[in-house]
Formats: sequence, structure tokens, C-alpha cells
Amino acid sequence: MALLSKKDTSLILDPLADNNPITIQVLGICSALAITAELEASIVMAVAVVFVLGIGNVVISLMRNIIPSKIRIIVQLIVVATLVIVVDQVLKAFAYELSKTLGAFVGLIITNCIIMGRFEAFALANGPWKSFLDGIGNALGYGVILIIVGFFRELLGSGTLLGIPVLGDPILKTGLYATGYENNGFMIIPPAALIVVGIIIWVQRARTPALVEEN
Amino acid sequence: MGLKGKLHEIKQKYKGKKMAPAFNAIHTFLYAPDETTHNGSHIRGADDLKRTMNTVIMALVPVLIFSIFNAGYQHFSALNGFPENFSLMDHFLTWDNAWIGIIKVLPLLAVSYGVGLLVEFIFAVIKGHEVEEGYLVTGILVPLIVPIDTPLWMLAVAVVFGVVIGKEVFGGTGMNILNPALTIRAFLFFAYPTWMSGDKVWVYEARERSEAILAGATDVDAISGETVLGYLAQNKGAAMDQVYSTWDMFYGFIPGSVGETPTLLILLGGLFLIFSKIASWRIMLSAVLGSLVMGLIFNQVVEMGWVTETSKFYGLMSFDFWKHLIVGGLAFGIVYMATDPVTGAQTNKGKWYYGFFIGFLSVMIRVFNPAYPEGVFLAILLMNVFAPTIDHYVVRGNVKRRMKRLENAVILPKDSDGKAAELQAETV
Repeated sequence: MALLSKKDTSLILDPLADNNPITIQVLGICSALAITAELEASIVMAVAVVFVLGIGNVVISLMRNIIPSKIRIIVQLIVVATLVIVVDQVLKAFAYELSKTLGAFVGLIITNCIIMGRFEAFALANGPWKSFLDGIGNALGYGVILIIVGFFRELLGSGTLLGIPVLGDPILKTGLYATGYENNGFMIIPPAALIVVGIIIWVQRARTPALVEEN
Repeated sequence: MGLKGKLHEIKQKYKGKKMAPAFNAIHTFLYAPDETTHNGSHIRGADDLKRTMNTVIMALVPVLIFSIFNAGYQHFSALNGFPENFSLMDHFLTWDNAWIGIIKVLPLLAVSYGVGLLVEFIFAVIKGHEVEEGYLVTGILVPLIVPIDTPLWMLAVAVVFGVVIGKEVFGGTGMNILNPALTIRAFLFFAYPTWMSGDKVWVYEARERSEAILAGATDVDAISGETVLGYLAQNKGAAMDQVYSTWDMFYGFIPGSVGETPTLLILLGGLFLIFSKIASWRIMLSAVLGSLVMGLIFNQVVEMGWVTETSKFYGLMSFDFWKHLIVGGLAFGIVYMATDPVTGAQTNKGKWYYGFFIGFLSVMIRVFNPAYPEGVFLAILLMNVFAPTIDHYVVRGNVKRRMKRLENAVILPKDSDGKAAELQAETV
């Protein structure tokens, strides 16, 4: 027996492309705009959300039959908050500089629409294994977009990748900078992320016309 | 067989093929096509999109020619000082001045048109529609609103961004929300701020020389050209008065973006656009009023003693309110950019609000913008975004007024002739 049935596989793979939380469902945009100026921050954010959503979905799924539906939002919030605090503390302990860069946005994972969205839409109605796969899939779909956006914004905006200069030194004018190239300051500011996300959505829908909404 | 025939032949050859729009565009740009429609009757005015665009370009040509000479004039004046007894023929309309303009301004123009039209052609071929004339005006506006030393590759990147993100994603010419030329300028401003502001970008070679001096060269003289607004933002109004007279500002013999300075020529261009009914006089007039009102408020604040010479806003706030119109890009923006019929307000009443706020906000941003003492392009882009909202409320207001009139209408009883009851509106 294969580890993942066909249906299970689609739970993970669908959110990566055709049902992507950012480009198709347009959820989780706020953090995608805020923290993608650097690739490293994007990757850490992606990992954090994979952790929170993967575990959170399982916890909610296990508790789904005992949560009274009137107070389910509060229960969900407590679960997310607990997991987010764990992530925050781990970052502060092992990657303090990075936790300062991410700042409030780690805490704000709690408000990430994708997480509450998956709890409500999936974990409350499915078993723990399926919920786990769904959580991982959606968080990865979110993470992929974050990393793509972070890659372009850091490369074009700062000329570095993961903090390593890849285009030469802008002050000593080496590498590409010797030809007169300059970093694009526009890519550093959050509106640029909105435009990059927009371009990704555009490319995706141009490749898969079935995704285009009817008027 | 002449050029026209050849173009026609090429057009026939590529008919129905993928590249057809590109060849059609070249043909119809140069000539009116021979074909007529075969079904239905169409009455059309002669003032089509192409003529509208060409009229605006005609209004811009004097500004472009002036800017070519001004490029050299500012360069040599920064080197040798402004001439004492200025004469137009001896100091301004000289071959030396023109040469600097030709090597600096014309490449900007060529890159703007080349890259912009290339993007338009590519989109037309991919989407399978005809090439639209939309870029003709944008292409000449762009080189006029950037600093003279803007590197050509930066301009090319900005043009691609402006045309694709500013226009094509919304559906092409006529569908855009933001003015493409200003989108291009805004992109340059946020992407490469050191090339767009300061006292080293407005005069040819100023930046190059200062970099050489920093690198240790001793055989070059530093030159700089601070704009009028730049002086004022640093509270150096007295120093500015020594360099530029009010007439200099009006005629345009001051540093600034390539073509924004000649207020006199812009004024003539504006009148030409008003008389040819291409641009809206309502927008122009209300924008002028808006800037005067804001300028008066600031002058009054200084008069009342609320802002003193120690304030960093003093220089710009105490600047005579009407002089705001003859420095920086305000006049250029009002005449050529705010009046863009696509991105501006459509209703007559809306145009008054739209224009007023452009002038009002331009002067306000000038004074309060900490990084950059100019705000016309930001004000126009902001009002571009609000134009549909303004129109919406103007139309709603009109509907409401007429509904009220209908409520107060009375139905007259049948008269002796037995005529049907008439609905008579009482004017409210």
C-alpha cells in the first residue's frame, strides 16, 4: 500500500498551484506583503506557518467532536496562539536577529487568514491524518509564493540572496554594478510585493485559463 | 510604386497572420487606409484618437525644443555662471547649447518611444488586437518629466513597468486608471531616488563630475544646479533670489526636469489645447485655483506668525503663492497630465473637484514632503485614483436631484377635452 492515496496526494499538491491560498484564494496577503523584502525572512515565515498549520489542523481535527460550535472560534484562537508562542520563543532563542526582523509578524501569524480558514473549512470536518496533509499542503502553497516573492524582491532590491551579495558590491562597483546597474529601491517597499504577487497571479492564470474567473 | 503601395502590399501579405497588427500599425500611422467598411453606415468625426494624440504632441513640440536648448544653457551656466546681459540669440539659442540637448534629450526620447512602442507591439501581437495610439503622447511626455542625466537603461526599465503595469494589465489604451507617464516617473522616483532628487541631477554632468571629484580627480570643476524648490526647502530663499529672477522662472531658464520649466510655452500649449477642444479648461482652471488657494493659506500662516524663520517649512510656506505656478512641474502637470481624458474625471462638475484638489494637494505635498520638494506627480496620481469616485458622487447627486423633482410632481386632473392626465413637474 502506498503511503499516500491519490486523494491524499491531491490534498498536498492542489494548494501548491491550482488552489493556492495566496494566488487563488487570495488569503494571507498581509504577511506576504510585509516580510518578503528578504528571502531568509520569507523562508522562516514559511516554515513557521507550515509548523503552526500542520499541528494546528491536527489538534483541531482531534477536538472537532467535543468543541461546542458556539465557542469554536475562541478554541481555535487558543490553539493557534499556543503554537505561535512556541514558534516565537524558539526563534528568540535560536535566531534572535531574525526574530527582530520578523518582529510582530510572527505574533501576527495568529491573524493569518489561511490558518483560521483551514480550521474552519477542513479540520472541523475531517480526520487528523487528512487534516495534517491539508495543513501542510496549504502552508507549503503559501510558503512557495512567499519564497518566490522574497527571491525577486531581495535579488532586485538589495542585490543579495540570503544576505550573500550575488551581483557584486554596490559601493565598490564590482560585478554587475561596474556596468552602471543599481539596486531597485522600489522592490524594498511593500507595494512592490503586491505587484510581484499580482504578476505571479497573472502568469499562473495565463498558463491555466481554467482558473480565470468569469465576470 | 510608392511607399504607400508597398506598405499596403505588406499588409495584405500578412493579413490574418500573427504579426498582422504590427504591420497594420505602421501602415495606418503613416497613411489613412484605403479600405472602407462594407456593411452598415457610419458617421464619424475627423477627430479620432490619432488626431487627438497628434494635437497634444504639437502642443508639446515647442516645450521639447526649448528643453533641448535649456539642457545646454543650464550646463554652461553652471560651469561659467549665468550670463550678465542675457540675450536670447547669444546665450540661449546657440549651437553649443543645442548639441548638449541633442546628445542628452534625444536619446531619452528615442528610448522612451522605442521601448514603449515595442511593448505595445508585443501586446498587440499576443492579444491579437490592433496597435493602439495610446503611447504616442506618453512617449513624448516621459523624457520631458525626468532629470536630464537619467541613465537610459533605467528609463527603459521604468517604461516597461509603466506600460505593462500602468496600462496593459488594465486592458490597454483607454482602460488605465493611472496616467502611464506619471506611473513611469513614480517608478523611477521610488526605485532610484538618488537619480531623481538632490542638486546633482538636474544639470548635465553635475553628477558625473561630483563622482569624479569624490574619486580623487583634481582637474574637473564641480557643478551643481539646485532647483528653485530645492533652495526653498532648505530655507535658502535669499540665495535663490540672487540666482533666479521671477522672469527666469516664467520663461523657464532654471534647472529642473528636462521639459517642465518653460511656463510661457506650457501656457501657450495649454491655450492651444483649450482652443482645439482637446483638453478640458475646467481642469486647468480649477487646478490653478486650487494651487493658489493652498499657496494663499500657507502665506497667511506665515503672515500670522504661526510659522517663523526657524521652521523647516518657512522657505516654501513664505514663497509667494502665485509663484508656485511658475516653478517645478506644476504648470506642466496641470496642462499635459491632469487633463488626460482617460484618467481624469469625466463629468463637468467632477472636473472642477478633480482639478482643484490636484492644485491644492500639489502645493501641500511640496511644503510637507520631507524627502523631496515636489509633489505634482504624486498629487495627480492620487487624484487619478479618486476620479471615478468623484464621478460616481456627481452622477448620484444628479440622480437624487431629479428624483426629488419627480416626488414633487403633480398629476393634473383630466380637463374638459378628456385628454390624458399629464405629468407636470414642478421645478424645485
